[in-house]
Amino acid sequence: MLYREAGQFKASYKEDQQIFPIRQDRVGMAVILAIFFLAVPMFASEYWLQAILIPVLIFSLAAIGLNILTGYAGQLSLGSAAFMAVGAFGAYNFMLRIDGMPFIVALILGGLCSALVGVAFGLPSLRIKGFYLAVATLAAQFFIVWALVKFPWFSNHSSSGVISAQEVNILGFAFDTPVLKYLLTLAVVVVLALLAKNLVRSTTGRRWMAVRDMDVAAEVIGIRPMRAKLSAFAVSSFYCGVAGALYAYTYLGTVEPEGFNLDLSFKILFMIIIGGVGSILGSFLGAAFIVLLPIFLNVFMHSVFAGSLPAGLGSNLELIVFGGLIIFFLIVEPHGLARLWTLAKDKLRLWPFPH
Amino acid sequence: MKLKKSALIGAAIAGLLVSGYAAAQEQFIGLPSYRVGPYGSNGASLYGGWIDYMAMVNARDGGVNGVKLTWEECETEYNNARGVECYERLKNKGPTGNSVFQPLSTGITYSVLEKVEQDKIPMVTIGYGRTDAADGSVFPWVFPMVTTYWSQASAIVNYIGTKAGGMDKLKGKKIGLLYHDSAYGKESHAIMDKLAEKHGFELQKVAVAHPGNEQQAQWLQIRQQKPDYVILWGWGVMNATALRTAAKTGYSRDKIIGVWWSGSEEDAIPAGDAAKGFVAAGFNVAGANYPVIKDIQTNVYAKNAGNMEDKERVGSVLYNRGVVHGIITVEAIRTAQEKFGKGKSMTGEQMRWGFEHLNLDTKRLAALGAAGFMPDLKISCKDHEGAGKVKFQQWDGSKWNVVTDWIEADKPLVRGMIEESAAAYAKEKGITPRDCSKEM
Amino acid sequence: MGFFFEVLIGGLLSGVLYALVALGFVLIYKASGVFNFAQGAMVFFAALTFVGFQALLPGWTGLEEGSVMVFWLAFILALASMIVLGILTEKVVLRPLVNQPQITLFMATIGLSFLVEGIAQAIWGANVRALDLGIADEPIGWILDSADMIVSSFDVFAAALAGILVAALALFFQYTKVGRALRAVADDHQAALSIGIPLQHIWAIVWGVAGFVALVAGLIWGARSGVQFALTFTALKALPVLILGGFTSVPGAIVGGLIIGASEKLAEVYIGPFVGGGIEGWFPYMLALFFLLVRPEGLFGEKHIDRV
Repeated sequence: MLYREAGQFKASYKEDQQIFPIRQDRVGMAVILAIFFLAVPMFASEYWLQAILIPVLIFSLAAIGLNILTGYAGQLSLGSAAFMAVGAFGAYNFMLRIDGMPFIVALILGGLCSALVGVAFGLPSLRIKGFYLAVATLAAQFFIVWALVKFPWFSNHSSSGVISAQEVNILGFAFDTPVLKYLLTLAVVVVLALLAKNLVRSTTGRRWMAVRDMDVAAEVIGIRPMRAKLSAFAVSSFYCGVAGALYAYTYLGTVEPEGFNLDLSFKILFMIIIGGVGSILGSFLGAAFIVLLPIFLNVFMHSVFAGSLPAGLGSNLELIVFGGLIIFFLIVEPHGLARLWTLAKDKLRLWPFPH
Repeated sequence: MKLKKSALIGAAIAGLLVSGYAAAQEQFIGLPSYRVGPYGSNGASLYGGWIDYMAMVNARDGGVNGVKLTWEECETEYNNARGVECYERLKNKGPTGNSVFQPLSTGITYSVLEKVEQDKIPMVTIGYGRTDAADGSVFPWVFPMVTTYWSQASAIVNYIGTKAGGMDKLKGKKIGLLYHDSAYGKESHAIMDKLAEKHGFELQKVAVAHPGNEQQAQWLQIRQQKPDYVILWGWGVMNATALRTAAKTGYSRDKIIGVWWSGSEEDAIPAGDAAKGFVAAGFNVAGANYPVIKDIQTNVYAKNAGNMEDKERVGSVLYNRGVVHGIITVEAIRTAQEKFGKGKSMTGEQMRWGFEHLNLDTKRLAALGAAGFMPDLKISCKDHEGAGKVKFQQWDGSKWNVVTDWIEADKPLVRGMIEESAAAYAKEKGITPRDCSKEM
Repeated sequence: MGFFFEVLIGGLLSGVLYALVALGFVLIYKASGVFNFAQGAMVFFAALTFVGFQALLPGWTGLEEGSVMVFWLAFILALASMIVLGILTEKVVLRPLVNQPQITLFMATIGLSFLVEGIAQAIWGANVRALDLGIADEPIGWILDSADMIVSSFDVFAAALAGILVAALALFFQYTKVGRALRAVADDHQAALSIGIPLQHIWAIVWGVAGFVALVAGLIWGARSGVQFALTFTALKALPVLILGGFTSVPGAIVGGLIIGASEKLAEVYIGPFVGGGIEGWFPYMLALFFLLVRPEGLFGEKHIDRV
């Protein structure tokens, strides 16, 4: 009952092609956005904003980026963190070297830098597939981080290779409190997420999916795999790059190239697998899950076994449970958390009166 | 399934919100520790020593002037994002919030560098972190204490000088610098270039890619160049591999001088016999014979309460480094209490004052049972480093033996570089350095 | 010229060690199509279990510390642990995931690597330990004297051991019944199943063998740089070897290892100084990448033909 689309007629093409064609979705989205834009800034503590919500949003954006590449275009990548690094260092250098550079423009330019690098490292995908490609993207991961450490120009000749983000200032308004930083991050993420949602159901998105499902067949029906694959790499890297720039500007403030290491790439991959491959919603759910789970485990262990466990054992147990839960989730729901939501929607169509 | 999950999430939220410290006369210290991951063994010793020292102060003296020390660990896995979460989680615990943040990771240090100033929590980075933060006029909230990387590099060169028979003998000598190819390793370049120029030795920089478990190429290069000494600027598995590969390529180990992150039992033991003769710098020394360690043994371990799983590691280099962290934290609390009221919990701002006026002279160190254990130390508004000297220890195959007295760094040179770098940072960030002559 | 050969030989010998780790990946990928990222964690687990037993055994049995008996007993116990771990992995983790996309399986093995690392350290502690195989890691005297070249006796031993291991595996695959069944499974699961080859049985064996390979790799690498968490990083050295040699070829792993080892050392020595050094981290990947552009299925990999 709650989720019944019966009685909602579409009288025009425009109505038929809305992002959210069902009224409940539109209302739901509006409510969620209202909560996150209005209620959360009013009630959330600094801890929740800075330590949880901002990173979850940023990682969601990176996960959307990887999801575009892996979930929609079918190209496995293990270099997402490196593309984030390109975005962060790109935005930093634009802000640094061009006087009066508006932050939003720097953000976009950082993303574009990342897109360019992404296309360069995406070229091998024209010939290489599957795990061979995945391992090849590791070349991007290691090379980019190495280059950022090695060439002092990128970090403005800082003795240790770290950059510290400049103040974020949009039209004379400084974003310096946690709440403002959160709102800025949220706004960027929401806009880009809606854009992604739209993109994947456009011609481009359909081309990606055709290539993902079978590239030879896609080629036969007139889709140019090169264009589809490279555009996926470009868009995906753009998203990762913007996420990286936000990571530096609204989250950490000061970043070092090694922060964008292979572990982070794996983490982003985890987010889309746990959240749901080929789902924008899944990217958010996965990011929240992967960020929150270790924190939850740490807090949980501390409150349950406070002091009664040798210190090292506690941390190792967290690791064991984390690994175990990931395997467990993959076994019980290999299609990810987003799939649970789809199932729930089906149920809600009849609930609470199933008969 | 759903119900279970929401119950779990509910529990998590409850756990995050509950902070069960109501009683006064407590001083809370948040410990962003790491006990798993590649550096877990280092973290276990470091935080073990630190916790044991605080437990000892509680057991022996009943806290600092009656104020009990309380602490809570938060696992960071040496990961920046986790470190930030821990920082935020710990910052408001206890009656007066977190007293001091010491993440033992340069990456996390950078990630919270700007937050500590806003939250008014002093950050103490002993033997790591941002070197130019030693200029307290630009970085009032950050204390890279005891000895910074640059002082260490300079002290190592001074040590090589004495071994060579005088600083003037360094002219024309060749010194290799085998460094971890990361922000941490690159920290050595600026100062070593300056020193090479000043003393006229030739510097050969050799990079080792992370993690550094393969160094054949590097050591063959060293063998070809035949430097007179090699400075090992390593971390983690890189150190043991360096010593093994040096043995393999026939480079004499007593010509290798490690930094303090290369000179622990964790680095020497896995290298086996290859580590014999290896010399490393340290701002603390190994050994369980110091009164302060004995106090820990009798007040903590004799009561079956120690933090270390492996009791053998009590008195190891990293454990003792943890004790140094403990001593500095506790003494800062004591210093702050003397000004702001004995027997009270100190706030972050008061703690900062305590750190800035910390004065551990040789007499005080002897009273603490730590004479010769760490260098004497005096912090001021201008100088957040305090000591700038190291001792050198040599590995004899089973333990570290101290082979020198405290060796000073080239203070004017290092200080000049620190001020220059800090000024550049202040300019980039638009910070007006505070005027130290007006500080009390 | 002597220096060039010194670097080359050192690189080739290191390459064999990379191949040793890569072998474990190949075995599992060949038989079950799983890209087992937990191989690095298994190497760590194996080495830690071995030194753990080695330290405990004298106390349990009264045998003399460091004796040959203790070594072999510890080896057998560690091997048994590895086989149990392998079989459990197959049963608990991979069997429920059969027919899932490869990337899901891959992710499951990353989850597994956390699990294995956690278990290893929870049981044996986080301490860094030394491992002594009794073979000196020193230059071989007569080569040093006659050609002024450094060739480590330990590396030669490790290379010989790897050679024996590969030969044994080749014989095992070629001439035993299990080996034949394994090749059949690798060729075509369905067909193998239909002629009565017990698929899951074979998978359990393969995971057991991979555990054995991990133990050997763990001992060699553990002796080189100590038994510590960083052993898990050996996996990163093996990945370029895999792409170069092909995921499904045992000889490919060896040849790939030799090429990667030699070229990364030569690159570090001859190209490194011009770009600031430390290029070993990414050079093998770049090399493998360019190689793949020419031969997308690796040196010895199976050619993949797409049909619409």
